[in-house]
Order: sequence, then C-alpha cells, then structure tokens
Amino acid sequence: MIQLIAFYLFATVVIASGTLTIMARNPVHSVLWLILAFFNGAGLMVLAGAEFIAMLLVIVYVGAVAVLFLFVVMMLDIDFSELRAGFIKNFPLGMLLAIVLFVELFVGLVARSAGHLVLGKADGSGAPLAGKSNIEAIGALLYSRYLFLFEAAGIVLLVAMIGAIVLTHRQRSDTRGQNVGRQIARRPDEATVNVKPEVGKGVTL
Amino acid sequence: MDWQHSLLLVAPEELLSLGGLLLLLAAGWGGDKIARAASIAACIALAAAMALVAPALAEGASGPATSAFFGQFRADAFASFTKLLIYGSAIAALAVAPQFFDRYKVMRAEYPVLILFAALGTGIMVSASDFMTLYIGLEMNSLASYVLAAFLRRDERSAEAGLKYFVLGALASGILLFGVSLTYGFTGSTGFAGVNIALAAGGPMATGAVFGVVFVLAGIAFKIAAVPFHMWTPDVYEGSPTPVTLFFATAPKVGAMAMLMRVALEAFGAQPGVWQQIVIFAALASIVIGALGAIGQTNIKRLLAYSSINNVGFILIGLAVATQQGASAMLTYLAIYVAMTIASFVAVLMLTDANGEPVEQLVDIAGLSRTRPWLAAALAAVMFSLAGIPPLFGFWGKFVVFQAAVAAGFIPLAAIGIAASVIGAFYYLKVVKVMYFDEPADKVTGASDLPHKLLLLVTSLFISPLGYLATIWLGALSDSAAAALFHAA
Repeated sequence: MIQLIAFYLFATVVIASGTLTIMARNPVHSVLWLILAFFNGAGLMVLAGAEFIAMLLVIVYVGAVAVLFLFVVMMLDIDFSELRAGFIKNFPLGMLLAIVLFVELFVGLVARSAGHLVLGKADGSGAPLAGKSNIEAIGALLYSRYLFLFEAAGIVLLVAMIGAIVLTHRQRSDTRGQNVGRQIARRPDEATVNVKPEVGKGVTL
Repeated sequence: MDWQHSLLLVAPEELLSLGGLLLLLAAGWGGDKIARAASIAACIALAAAMALVAPALAEGASGPATSAFFGQFRADAFASFTKLLIYGSAIAALAVAPQFFDRYKVMRAEYPVLILFAALGTGIMVSASDFMTLYIGLEMNSLASYVLAAFLRRDERSAEAGLKYFVLGALASGILLFGVSLTYGFTGSTGFAGVNIALAAGGPMATGAVFGVVFVLAGIAFKIAAVPFHMWTPDVYEGSPTPVTLFFATAPKVGAMAMLMRVALEAFGAQPGVWQQIVIFAALASIVIGALGAIGQTNIKRLLAYSSINNVGFILIGLAVATQQGASAMLTYLAIYVAMTIASFVAVLMLTDANGEPVEQLVDIAGLSRTRPWLAAALAAVMFSLAGIPPLFGFWGKFVVFQAAVAAGFIPLAAIGIAASVIGAFYYLKVVKVMYFDEPADKVTGASDLPHKLLLLVTSLFISPLGYLATIWLGALSDSAAAALFHAA
C-alpha cells in the first residue's frame, strides 16, 4: 500500500514539475523544476527496484543539469544584481522544494523497505528481485546480449565528439605549444650565458 | 546464440568501424595534409565493405540464418541490396569532395572519417530488426550528417543548414523515440518479430499502439523528407556543401527508406490497414508538393531538393500497396534514383566559373549547350530521366512502381501519381529549355577533375537507354531482396 502512495506522490510531482518546467517564465526556475522532475523520476525508479538507473538519473541528469544551468546563466542576459535582490523573495520557493525533496526521500526509503513495486500490477505488490544486484544484471546484459548496440553506441558518442571538435577547433598560429622533447634535451650551458658587461654598458640578450 | 556467426554477419560494420577509427588516428597525427590519402583509404574501406555484403545479395540470403545478436541485427539480401547503394553513394561523396573543399582550403581529414561513420550508421539502420538497433544506427548517421552539413563553418548558409538540420532532426528523433516507447509499451517487445506477433494476435489495434505506429512513421518521414515533414530539405540541401548534399540526397535517404520498409512490412506488417492511409497521403502529398514547390525555384540545388521530395513520393507508392511486388519496385526505383541523384549533383558540382566558384543559379547556366555541350547533354539526360520520360532509365523506376500499384488494385493512386508526374515534368523541362534555347550566359567556364567526369560518365550511361540492358538483372536482385523482407521469420 505504501508503495502505491509513494508511486502516486512521485508520479504527480513528476508531471506537475514537468509542466512547470515549460510554464516557468524564468529560465532559472525552469531548470529548478527540471531538477525536481528528475529527482522524482529517480524516486519512481527506486520504487520499481531499479536503484542503478535511479542513481544514474540523479548523478548524470542532475549533475549535467547543474552544468546546463551554468550555461543558461552564462548565455542568457540575466542581471545578477536583480537575481540577488530576488533571493529573499525566492527563498520560500527554494525551501519548499527542499522540503518536498526531503519528504519524498523519506517516503521513498520507507516504501522501498516494504518491498519494491512490480510494474503492471494494480496493487503494486511483488517479490524482491532474485539474486543479482541491478548493476550486475545490467552489466551482464550489456556485455552479452546487447554487445553490438553497446559498441555501436560508443561509436555514436565518438562521432559526437569528432563533430564538436570539427566545428569548433581552430588552428592558431599565435599559441606556443609545449615541446617536451626540446625541453628535456636542453642543457644548462645552452640555457645560461655568462657575460661580463663593461661599466656603464648594458647587457644585450 | 553463436557468437562467431553473429560476428561474421556484421563483418562489413566491423570493417567500417575499424577503418574509421584508424583513419581518425591517422587524421589526429597527420593533420589535414593527409586528407586526400584518407579519402582514398575511406573509399577502399567502403569498396571492401561492398565486397563483403555482396555475397548475401547474390545468394538471396533470408530467414533465421541471417539474424545476428538475438534478432537485433539482420544481414539479409534486402540489407545487402540497400547497403550496396549506400556505400556506393558514400564513395561518390568522397570522390567529388577534394576539388570542392580545396577551393575553400577546408579539405580536412575529418571529412572522410565522418562520411565513413555516417555510412556505417546508415548500414546499421537498414540492417536493424529491433527498434534499439534502428535508433542507434539513425543517431550515428544523423550526428555525422549534422556536422557534415555545417562543414564549411565560415559560410553562413552552411552553418544555418547544420543548425536547422540539427534542431529539426533532434525533434524528429524525439518523435520517433516516443513512438517506439508507445509501441514497446503496447506490444511488450522492441524486436520487429515480437512487435509483429503482438500486433497480429489481438484483432484491432489498441489506440496507444496506433499512436505509436503514427509517431514512428512521422519520425521516419522526417528522415526521408516526405511531405508534411519536408520543410527542412530545400534549406539544408542548398546550404550544405554540394558534395555533402550529394551524400544527403542518396545514402541517408536510401537508408531511411529501407528502414521504413522494414518497420512497416516486418514490424507493423500484421496491421497494414493502420499505416497504409498515412503512406498513401504522404506519397501523394510529396509528389504534388515536390512538383509544385520546384516550379518557382531559381537555385539548382533547391530545385533538386524539391525533386528529391517528389521522387520520395513515387517511391512511397510502392510501400502503400504493401505487397512484395511493391517492395521490389521500390528497390528498383531506389537504385535508379541513386544513379540519377549522383549524376545530377556531380553535374551541379561541375558547374563552376573561371575562378572555380560554384554556379548554382538557373539563369547562369543559360545556353550551356553551346559552351559545354557534353555537360549540358548529361544534365539534360538527368532531367529527362528524373521526369520519367520514356527512353531514359528513370521511366523504368516509375513504371515498375505504378505496375505494382495497379497489380494490387490501387488504380486511383496510380492514376493520381501519373497525373502529378506531368506537373513535375514542367520544371525538369524548364532546366533543359534554359540550357538549350536561352542566350548563353557564358558563366560556366571552370574545369573539373577526373573523378567528376568519371562518375558523371558512369551514372549517365546507367540512366541512359543503355540502362534497360540491366533491367532483368536489377529486377531479379530487387525481387530476391524484397523476398528476404517478406520471409524474414
């Protein structure tokens, strides 16, 4: 029963915060709502017994979104003094989100300890996963059954990387690269010169 | 599952990925100096991959023996037929690139690498017998394509083409994924065989599953540039560097079309009624809008973009009938379409002025027949062939498609298609008229290198009446490829 309550709690908050992500006028608020949506998505995954995917959601998405957030702040023309002035005004909203996250964390943990949710069953009850842990099960599938797709996905990422470099990399002539070989081969007597300047005359290098 | 068997079946993919990775290393150390050598090496890799896929087509391979990695990948005669077209187009896109990019001093070593990975992704698309494989192949091809479209990054039009293609392509991928997840939710499988069994079982389809089918088709329709998802095509084709446009108009289009055939006939084959209406609408709308949109164009690349939309409509007629004969006709049309497209874009690439700058405006090729008679003749042959005027081979493609439609009892569809192809003939003939009857503008004076001439010669001969010598051979290959599609299980 508690799983069902937790499920509906998470699902409602996901949908609500998803809607608010696209409705919010302030892009920073949008990102905050998005983070809330990801957290609740992770909660749903925990309920379904997929802890690993839940962790991925939090670490990858929320982590990546934090970076995205920075990009948004950097690229949009946001007045920081105005933003700081709004801190007190936005403080209750921030606290509310934090409280919601905390309550959900608590509910999620309690629900999880009561056995995980079996998807597709109306009452949401089910037996615990047999044997393997999540990561073991995913790893075993990725490197056997889905080997071809896994490798192909690697190439997709490689193509994305090549693309980013091709589109942005420039050959610059005014930078000085480090030549390790020359650095190591340099000898003290080449690097220093002993001069004896006459009085009143400078040193020319 | 037998690993050795699976790994043998994906041998062309392994070869291409290894080739791409090695070329990438070579490009990393050698820099842009080795761009030409890398292009040649990439051509050799693609030719070797063609040699590896050819036996499956010759044997007419089909059935469970062609299935690899737990039914995620299929290397049958159908995949082999389309892969030959895809890799061939990629070789053409590599062969014409150096002259074009050298002019802007941007012949970079990454170009062959990206083309190689794009061809690899397209090959995976046509071999996909699981939605996950399909998506990964599609993304591999798309990501490489976005970068290729923006390859002339200092050129504003090229950057715009890349961005536009990227934003709309990402949206289409999202729609496709949404459709796939709905289909998965309602059928319980991502494999085409599993989806087919689930859809065949329960009488009429669930509404959610119908939505899934519609979204999947919409996503793929974007990739083949069928109306109403065609808006990006003219801008992207015009803005991209011409060798890249040649690639876009051939390899990914063949790949996406083959992917659509496999999805429609294998995965959703049990419920043709659900998708047939969509395909019929897309086919007729593409033919009409492709033909009408081309009329006002003054840029040859834009005109060819509309022409490709128009051709996609004709190819889709073969799918709308949902028969083996229709599938075979589509494959025949695709082969002829690839030859016509390569010929037309190579001819466009050869239109350069004295400084080597590309000439793309229709008015600038006025009177080409008097200054460059051979080039004008080749371009005229391509235009007549695209219009489907009988002595040329382009007619044969339209003929087999309409024959399949009539045989399956889709007579109104065939009649509307034929009527609309007359509208299309107007703008193809306009190009011929400008070249042959207008006063010479005398702009096209630049020379082209050997690969251009060779490619144009080979493809022009294929689309000339000489092509009819190949009809029996081409028809037999298309039949065996289409049979593999229908006897997948």
